[in-house]
Amino acid sequence: MLSLNHFLLLGAVLFSIGLYGALSRRNAVAILMCIELMFNAVNITLVAFARFLAPAATASQSLAPVSTVGQVFTIFVITVAAAEAAVGLAIVLAIYRTRRTISVEDVDLMKW
Amino acid sequence: MLTAYGYIAIFLVIAIGFGIVPLIISLRERQTRPDPVKLSTYECGVETIGPTWVQFRVGFYLYALVFVIFDVETVFLYPWAVAYGKLGLYALVEMFVFVLLLAVGLAYAWRKRALVWK
Amino acid sequence: MNDPIIAIAFFVLAAVLLISALAVVMLRNIVHSALFLALAFVSVAGFYILLNAEFLAAVQILIYAGAVMILLLFAIMLTQRANTPMSNVSNSQAGLAAIVAAAVFVVLAFVLSKTSWLTGAAAVTQPNTEVLGKALFDYYVLPFEIASVLLLVAMIGAIVIARED
Repeated sequence: MLSLNHFLLLGAVLFSIGLYGALSRRNAVAILMCIELMFNAVNITLVAFARFLAPAATASQSLAPVSTVGQVFTIFVITVAAAEAAVGLAIVLAIYRTRRTISVEDVDLMKW
Repeated sequence: MLTAYGYIAIFLVIAIGFGIVPLIISLRERQTRPDPVKLSTYECGVETIGPTWVQFRVGFYLYALVFVIFDVETVFLYPWAVAYGKLGLYALVEMFVFVLLLAVGLAYAWRKRALVWK
Repeated sequence: MNDPIIAIAFFVLAAVLLISALAVVMLRNIVHSALFLALAFVSVAGFYILLNAEFLAAVQILIYAGAVMILLLFAIMLTQRANTPMSNVSNSQAGLAAIVAAAVFVVLAFVLSKTSWLTGAAAVTQPNTEVLGKALFDYYVLPFEIASVLLLVAMIGAIVIARED
């Protein structure tokens, strides 16, 4: 009944929703929120691969068992996502302090 | 094993119902006769002073930031602690390096007075 | 994976996740968006449980629904001058963004339908926290230490950028 494709399709839909939000929002914090949605979509696919893929898919001695590779990757993605959120929101706060706005359409110093 | 989570699902349904059903009943049964006094904003029985949406200080963000970093550290500490019996001395040294590097970050935050509540 | 109850759980969780994700990108008030984002994070944890990744489900709640949500809510409270209902409106390229997102989804769905994955035997293994810890410290020592450097850099960088004065 439930197969790998169910989870991959779910991840694809979630990724597309996050991408739409990241491209179409005006508030910089909202853009970071949508990027977090995209991270979660990728994490779902990684864990689904770890759950469903056969061991032969990564038949190499130097790699961990395939059922754990996806989960370890997910832990690292979560780590990077937390660091990204911390620095990204600090940048948003710095922009707000100097410009009194966080609308990405007003922060266009480098636009040409 | 997965069925054990069925209890959590049941608990979740009951918890959501516990919150929503009284709201629905209240919404259906109550009488609405608003007047200016009833609609006025108040706090502990007195009128509010100034706007209710206040600007927070950046100090809150710095605390949350340090919390997030050490929360992520926990994610690595936990599987390390569970698998410790099978890992040996090498893993202990690895974790010491890991914790030491993050302690440097905490020392930096301390030194820069980011944790001081002004 | 053949239990109908698990299939029902999957579709209920998928509905909750996708509706809350749509609410995040559609709602006009950014505080509402943030609260729906928390709901999306929690339902992703539900998917991890369906996929036998209990530890990751706990991590998802701990890091995303806990820590990252706190960061986001503090950032909203620090940057929003009033609780305006129009704090999360779309910009001028919303139509173009919808086209791009739809195109990305079509490409992903097309690739999914064309690829045949080597699924099967691994499905019986149950990776628990101990197996995960062993894989992390036997095969991924260097990424693990680099992660600590990344967290250190992120902490120092964010403190320097966010501090006043």
